[in-house]
Amino acid sequence: MADGIAVASPPPEEKRTFTINFGPQHPAAHGVLRLVLELDGEVVERVDPHIGLLHRGTEKLIEHKTYLQAMPYFDRLDYVAPMNQEHAFCLAVERLAGIEVPRRASIIRVLFSEIGRLLSHLLNVTTQAMDVGALTPPLWGFEEREKLMVFYERASGSRMHAAYFRPGGVHQDLPPQLIEDMQIFCEQFPPVLDDIEGLLTNNRIFKQRNVDIGVVSQDDAFRWGFSGVMVRGSGLAWDLRRSQPYEIYNELKFQIPLGKNGDCYDRYLCRVEEMRESTKIMLQCLALLRKTPGPVMPEHSKFAPPKRAEMKQSMEALIHHFKLYTEGFHVPAGEAYAAVEAPKGEFGVYLVSDGSNKPYRLKIRAPGFPHLAAMDYLCKGHMLADVSAILGSIDIVFGEIDR
Amino acid sequence: MSAALDALGSHIVSSQPGVALSHAVRHGELTINAASAGIVSLLTFLRDDQRCRFTTFIDLCGVDYPEREKRFDVVYHLLSMPLNHRVRIRIETDEQAPVPSAAGLFPCADWFEREAFDMYGIVFSNHPDLRRILTDYGFQGFPLRKDFPLSGHVEVRYDAEQQRVVYEPVKLTQAFRSFDFLSPWEGMTIPGDEKADEDRKGASRT
Repeated sequence: MADGIAVASPPPEEKRTFTINFGPQHPAAHGVLRLVLELDGEVVERVDPHIGLLHRGTEKLIEHKTYLQAMPYFDRLDYVAPMNQEHAFCLAVERLAGIEVPRRASIIRVLFSEIGRLLSHLLNVTTQAMDVGALTPPLWGFEEREKLMVFYERASGSRMHAAYFRPGGVHQDLPPQLIEDMQIFCEQFPPVLDDIEGLLTNNRIFKQRNVDIGVVSQDDAFRWGFSGVMVRGSGLAWDLRRSQPYEIYNELKFQIPLGKNGDCYDRYLCRVEEMRESTKIMLQCLALLRKTPGPVMPEHSKFAPPKRAEMKQSMEALIHHFKLYTEGFHVPAGEAYAAVEAPKGEFGVYLVSDGSNKPYRLKIRAPGFPHLAAMDYLCKGHMLADVSAILGSIDIVFGEIDR
Repeated sequence: MSAALDALGSHIVSSQPGVALSHAVRHGELTINAASAGIVSLLTFLRDDQRCRFTTFIDLCGVDYPEREKRFDVVYHLLSMPLNHRVRIRIETDEQAPVPSAAGLFPCADWFEREAFDMYGIVFSNHPDLRRILTDYGFQGFPLRKDFPLSGHVEVRYDAEQQRVVYEPVKLTQAFRSFDFLSPWEGMTIPGDEKADEDRKGASRT
């Protein structure tokens, strides 16, 4: 018996790796990610992410819908920050069709984009903490997210899948009381953020799990097509809100937090600081909203529905309303790429129109897609336990990666 | 802005003769039409040239025009973070002709090319690992092609007797309906009315 084992055992120099499946039902996989890991002991040799388990064919579906009907699909991409996606789509349509957005609508859009950033970063920062073993931060963070989702609901009628932005503006104006309540939120939120930071920023375990893990150099950030916090964590001052400003971002005062080392811990710090900056942007938007009355959709435009009261009086308005919601508006033939600084990075929409009422082709460029593609590069040589820390810090949501 | 982009476009076209064929600036976006065979040298030039420095590979996607002889467009989007400008490159290909892969230049192109292969069946040569990426294991067909039906060909359900998920041909309890909402006035051409039709088209384009 003992002789048999001695014969069967391999020579000592031969390397033995073994393969494990991480996910698709793993709580740290942030959704339905299946990672095929090749391990040498506890060291990761190769990572092969298998994605597509949440693929719903959004791009195909959108080709069969009018522009207005295509709108709600964007909420379901990165369902953590829905309105930021709608924003990119609206910008693309507006660029092709040449729609002017009223100023008040621009302010509201920026306001809700920043709420989306808070929603996303709150979720990411706290679940990243949970991935490395802390349980309290998600409980505290989710309480704040709940308040923000109530703002979503009071503006759009829906907590998550808002479908609030429209090509040309936003669906409805905000109730005045909502603006006051957001003001109160913006004042009470920074102390809560201090509390969450108090749990994590100097926490020894959190630092042990995140400092010097998943380091991204600047060159590699370029090579792998990173954007958003993934480049800012490595010290590259790149933020579309600053470098290619859209809406009213060039009028607002805000800082762009940068990391130094490009590791998971710096990316965490960037996100926390970005939440503080977002709160400042929200406060500025609220102040602007109070002194900027006006329409939130272009008036007398073929892209916006007529006023309800007008429809009771005017036959043309009634016809226009009917045609807008059945046939939909036509977008001139051409192509446009519009990108916004979504919480996770550059979210882009490449729209090809053939002049009809439906998009001919719509490509969604999700920031998480190239980030996840770099999983192999990020994880190689790390321990198995670091995989979940890295996964948490690159901030992936499968809605947008799988589309 | 667009004058600078126009100058950049001329610079790219004159520096890469035979590869970059023409350029256009529309809606403040620069588009380069290129030849499929030289795409890698063009991308290398765009990445390394001092006036371009397009270091970030933003996106790659296919577009299907079934009525064309070369039915696919492959569209690349590049971004230069140092110089803060963007470019779009468009090449044409068909189902057979492979496009040289950009994965050697930009590692993130790997997944984008896999996606274009998965969705359209566009083949990339010298690609390290051209597998399907988004669709199901063992999926047949290329879903984003215009001739692929929206409802697909197969559906899945859990079969309690066989104790596994089974694939079956799609059965819709209600047939898929696609309503034609286009105005009958705009949709049809009454003989002798072509001139008015042209006027209207011209007006809607502006």
